[in-house]
Amino acid sequence: METRGTRIGLGVATVAVIAFLWLPLLLIMAYAFNSSTIQSWPISGFTLHWFREAWHDPEVRRSVELSLKVGLAATAIALVLGTAAAAAIYRFRFFGREAVSFLLLLPIALPGIITGMALNSFFNFGGVQLSMWTIVAGHATFCVVIVYNNVLARLRRSSPSLIEASMDLGADGWQTFRWVIWPALSTALVAGGLLAFALSFDEVIVTTFTAGAQTTLPIVNAIVFVVILATVIPVTIAQRLTGDTGVLRRGAAASKAAAAATGGGAV
Amino acid sequence: MDVPDVRLVGVRKAYGDVIAVDGVDLEVASGEFFTLLGPSGSGKTTTLRLIAGFERPDEGRIELAGRDVTGLPPYPRDVNTVFQDYALFPHMTVAENVAYGLRVKGVPRRERRLRVEEILQIVQLAGLGNRKPSELSGGQRQRVALARAMVNHPQVLLLDEPLGALDLKLRQEMQIELKRIQRAVREVGITFVYVTHDQEEALTMSDRLAVFNDGKVEQIGTPAAVYERPENAFVAGFVGASNVLQRFGRTFTVRPEKIRMSADGGTRRDDDNAATGRIRDVVYAGMFTRYVVDLDDGGELVVVRQNLETSSTEALDARGRRVLLEWRADHAIETKPEREENHDSSS
Repeated sequence: METRGTRIGLGVATVAVIAFLWLPLLLIMAYAFNSSTIQSWPISGFTLHWFREAWHDPEVRRSVELSLKVGLAATAIALVLGTAAAAAIYRFRFFGREAVSFLLLLPIALPGIITGMALNSFFNFGGVQLSMWTIVAGHATFCVVIVYNNVLARLRRSSPSLIEASMDLGADGWQTFRWVIWPALSTALVAGGLLAFALSFDEVIVTTFTAGAQTTLPIVNAIVFVVILATVIPVTIAQRLTGDTGVLRRGAAASKAAAAATGGGAV
Repeated sequence: MDVPDVRLVGVRKAYGDVIAVDGVDLEVASGEFFTLLGPSGSGKTTTLRLIAGFERPDEGRIELAGRDVTGLPPYPRDVNTVFQDYALFPHMTVAENVAYGLRVKGVPRRERRLRVEEILQIVQLAGLGNRKPSELSGGQRQRVALARAMVNHPQVLLLDEPLGALDLKLRQEMQIELKRIQRAVREVGITFVYVTHDQEEALTMSDRLAVFNDGKVEQIGTPAAVYERPENAFVAGFVGASNVLQRFGRTFTVRPEKIRMSADGGTRRDDDNAATGRIRDVVYAGMFTRYVVDLDDGGELVVVRQNLETSSTEALDARGRRVLLEWRADHAIETKPEREENHDSSS
């Protein structure tokens, strides 16, 4: 058991870290309602003017729309590839299994700027025109990991005899998938998808290297506000869904929050 | 015997270089409680999985009620399994778990409910149908797994060390409970094939049992026959304590509780069914005491004595004493030496 002293010390440290991560974000979110154009504290008055402004700005609209489209497309790709990869790694022993697993995990460890530059030179080298689809490809590299990790963790936690039990009770392959495998995996898939979407939605660095003429994120506090919500809400839901599985709880969700913080700060 | 419910003919299964099941022949009669007994790695669980259809044999034939099912996948086989880890579906309630087999077969909802209720009554879980498996104790989960398998009235129920995860007390209760359930469903004609490494469990529960070793069946018989007349040194050692005697180049087994032990009067009797020696070790086990006796002619014998009038201190004081051991001639069973390792079966 830890002593009273360590407990208090750890509590203070935790609060300090959370404050360090979140205060800047909260400040920006507060500035979104600032009636003055000068960013000074305390804010001089409350207004929704900037939201109206952003809403009616065609460039901002196009940016948010593009972010949504890219996020959804990258998530869809990630769900299919991530699930298939997890199933393969879980079920089969094959040559290069460890290598595949390592390659899948790598994009999470690589700094965004490296991924971005690598993809950029690859697209240039291959003569691929930068477009929305190159952004999607870039985002998919790190979205696949999220889904892959979630599904693999869920598979490892489920009893391997569940599928045998279902077959044993008379279910064929389709019935087993419909009633046993799908319910067991569905929350992991939804959680993975939400996290992947959140990651894609606020990813700036990879995007700047893979985007052509499109700009996704103009510098406006009101937009930041919306982006933060669009990131935090899915992460929170994902965390709920994985609940006591502990799969995402500490590791991924915490690093996600940190990513959201730095992402917002960069803006 | 009518057509056996389960028949294995020359069944062989290898994983790479490891031969898990090596030419097993078995016949299990309808309604029988048949146990596959053996140490881990002896092939008993693989045999069960072959009957269930989770594995295909490399050679041999598997028949269920006279029908050749060797090449069939698990789902068309009229067989249900109780898994060692229960394998309950975590996202379903107890009732949904139990109803799963019926639902898959398209049994109408109303009949489903009735049969689930009936079987939950039999395993004494009535009223717990709406719980999730995670809200149940180990013993209750065990019963759900049983109910889920039995509700389908399979021809054969396969049980893979179903009591292995329970503590001793609960295990003993469930042994009695399982026998009660088996009698309750015998009229429906469910045959039980039960896998265990626990010889006591096998002796208590089975109508007949098969002793497995190294992928082969060493002996098949009733508990009494296997215990009292072990055919070889392995069976003698695995079912009950190994008590091997070498006399005139032949090997005999005497069960520890069949040996009478008295103080050695010094008169060396000229008797094949007696031996003198010195008590080397005393293990006091509450109900009885186990004595390990070093024989003067070499070797050792274990003797078990009920603590009828002995206290623990008296029992422990016996260490080092000289004793005379005697047994009835018909309790010394001649056994073949253990296969392929006959040279070290006595030492």
